[in-house]
Amino acid sequence: MTGLPRRRFLQLAAVAGAGLAVGVRLGGAGEALAAGGDLAPNAFVRVDTDGTVTVVVKHLEMGQGVDTGLPAIVAEELSVPWPAVRVVSAPADSGRYNNLLFGTAQGTGGSTSMANSWLQLRKAAAAVREMLCEAGARRLGVPRAQVDARQGRVADSASGKGFGYGALVDEAATLPVPQDPPLKDSKDFTLIGKDGAVRRTDATGKTDGSAVYGADVILPDMVTAVVARPPTFGATLARFDDSKARAVPGVRDVVAIPSGVAVVADDTWSALKGREALRVEWRDGAGATLSTDAIRARYAALLEQPGLAARREGDADAALAASGRRLSAVYEVPYLAHAPMEPLSCAVRLGPGRCEIWAGCQSQTSDQAAAAKVLGLQPQQVAINTLFAGGSFGRRANPTSDYIVEAVEIAKRADGPVRLVWTREDDIQGGYYRAFFLHGLDGALDAAGNPVAWRHRLVGQSIAAGTAHAAAMIKDGIDRTSVEGASTLPYAIPNLSVELHSPALPVTVLWWRSVGSSHNGFVTESFLDEMAHAAGRDPLEFRRALLGDAHPRHRAVLDLAAEKAGWGSPLPAGRGRGIAVHESFRSFVAQVAEVSVDGKGGFTVDRVVCAVDCGIAVTPDVVRAQMEGGIAFGLSAALYSAVTLRDGRVGQSNFHDYPVLRMSEMPAVEVHIVPSAEPPTGVGEPGVPPIAPAVANALFAATGRRIRTLPFGGRIREG
Amino acid sequence: MISVVVNGEVHKVDADPDTPLLWVLRDHLGLTGAKYGCGAGLCGACTVMMDGQPVRSCRTAVGDIEGRRIVTIEGMRGRVIDALRAAWIALDVPQCGYCQSGQLISAAALLAANPRPSDADIDRAMDGNLCRCGTYRRIRAGIHRAAATLAGAAP
Repeated sequence: MTGLPRRRFLQLAAVAGAGLAVGVRLGGAGEALAAGGDLAPNAFVRVDTDGTVTVVVKHLEMGQGVDTGLPAIVAEELSVPWPAVRVVSAPADSGRYNNLLFGTAQGTGGSTSMANSWLQLRKAAAAVREMLCEAGARRLGVPRAQVDARQGRVADSASGKGFGYGALVDEAATLPVPQDPPLKDSKDFTLIGKDGAVRRTDATGKTDGSAVYGADVILPDMVTAVVARPPTFGATLARFDDSKARAVPGVRDVVAIPSGVAVVADDTWSALKGREALRVEWRDGAGATLSTDAIRARYAALLEQPGLAARREGDADAALAASGRRLSAVYEVPYLAHAPMEPLSCAVRLGPGRCEIWAGCQSQTSDQAAAAKVLGLQPQQVAINTLFAGGSFGRRANPTSDYIVEAVEIAKRADGPVRLVWTREDDIQGGYYRAFFLHGLDGALDAAGNPVAWRHRLVGQSIAAGTAHAAAMIKDGIDRTSVEGASTLPYAIPNLSVELHSPALPVTVLWWRSVGSSHNGFVTESFLDEMAHAAGRDPLEFRRALLGDAHPRHRAVLDLAAEKAGWGSPLPAGRGRGIAVHESFRSFVAQVAEVSVDGKGGFTVDRVVCAVDCGIAVTPDVVRAQMEGGIAFGLSAALYSAVTLRDGRVGQSNFHDYPVLRMSEMPAVEVHIVPSAEPPTGVGEPGVPPIAPAVANALFAATGRRIRTLPFGGRIREG
Repeated sequence: MISVVVNGEVHKVDADPDTPLLWVLRDHLGLTGAKYGCGAGLCGACTVMMDGQPVRSCRTAVGDIEGRRIVTIEGMRGRVIDALRAAWIALDVPQCGYCQSGQLISAAALLAANPRPSDADIDRAMDGNLCRCGTYRRIRAGIHRAAATLAGAAP
């Protein structure tokens, strides 16, 4: 383990103390870092002489609860009371803060934060605890084995005499750092897995307006920039007339940058008015005539042809040809914007040989490299202050670092610090969407109603193609993010083929909360439901039989959700129940949705019962919150959200035509957590995939109408 | 110069009269608690109190509000907001938290007008405040809890 040198803290403290309310994620953390003597033998944990424990969180807090769940691991292993814990955001430093599941890169995504940090933080905290215990034993003059660490104190287990951690810091700091400290036995946990034992560390700042998001950064002499970007994908700047824009009071400058034309002003409103007054001519590119209709037609033709094999067992084509009971269906999902409540923003300050960035960064290492490249600096000359993100859902983890690069390009041309602001329209129309996909499904049942063939053809753009992730994510032409959740179908079907077409289009695509599973979960769990109904079997029993003993964790969540939802109990007329189960990011989630239909096309989603197996649930309420949030996010997409193209232009621009779920539409959600001793896995994304198929399956149960296209809108055709 | 009263203080602001209050608060006064989410009155993230009523500051021109009393999340004081904040924290309502300033101000306005709202009342009052993290049910529970606290009942 490498140590966190004192100068790092001082650098952080200098940032936090430079008259700027930025640079750290919690108020007061700056002072905690700058305090006197300390014990900081590694990059993650520091104990001050007053007993305060500072946890350095290397992941982005974007709502998913890392600023709570990760410190909970430290507090547990270090045996300190929860209120003693402070959180600060790690600097961009891949040497110390790489995501162990991303290789050498620092970043947050793929629901990996907890899985990455579980052992890393336990070991880091255990080392500190051991040093404090050794120091305590020496001072008490008793053997190490005779002292215990509890509630922020090292005490003699015989006499009860002891010292608070703060009093032992100076002595402990002189001791060698244990390389392989013993970890607590899980039976001794008092925080991990205990309901109510820890509370969100960010709740106070998020209820009094003091939490600092990327968009909230205010630097001395800062200017604000907005960018006019091409109206169609692939278009480039031809020429612009900025005379009227420059005449807008408050506008300082108008500059061409690679992504468009930036209007730089004293404040946001002046910048927006300047942008409105700008006249820009664009040179059409490859996306000038794109339309969703044409993309659909092109994809439909590809569905008729075999694709690259993502998985092949038996001979699905032959089994389908030989079958007398064959089902075929085409499913469609749209392009989707992430639409986090906080649109993209980034503040940049340049100095000689130095660049400092403030943003809700999801990919610090690639953002650092991208900024350095623009400026001709070394990556380590780029400092990043990772602030709260007002949601992200994948948008801020962009291999091109688009918004970071844009801000740096503007800063390069400006005199002082620059803040880049994206409007909601920029966000909805600016690309980096969840990809539009068509799915062709063919299945066959034998005479007994058992599935004997499953052929799933997917057509949709690759996220990784053409990016730095291509080598790691694309194998034999298959981008695993396209097929995840489809090629991993857990059901025992003897003849199974999953095939992929990855057409290239100028529309930019990106991971969107649960990535491939955001569409593959819907498609596979809906089509399996179709097969169950065609076979005259109960959808739960059908799934259980096909999972068999090979997938006990799928079965356990399925059974738990079904039991808690009263699966099989009669429902009044006009109501329906649907079930779905899906594994993503190594967590298992089953959901039962209950819907009411009014006989005239209207419906409501009344209740969702959710069961999750994420290994050890470190902070159970955060797990529940993420399931609730995943359900809301997935329902928005199932019911309403779509980005469409016509004549190259995006047809939506803001929440009036890109609707998302409202309070009155939020179903009651019950979350049940499967007790587990397995290492923890992620919860940020896995709540999303099952909700669309659970609701679609429930609507089928209520109406007999099968939904195969998302979004299905607030109404369905009945009968 | 336009004079605005924000959180009890009079500020002279050098802004065009058509400037939305939101940008005056954030860019001119450094009060960043009210958030930009849509700029079109569609999401509620920018909600502030004006003379005790919730308004979308992104759709309120600063030139139209001279003499009106504006209160942002930073300046909210009193029993109602205290009860709401306590409920939000007790129920761990916020996730990303970006919408919560607006949610809290809408909730405070609701409780001021209707001390014991039903679920339907809450939905009606809060449906214009979007949350992408899906904290809606916790918000609703938080409003009920705050209402109970204010009524002197055990939450």
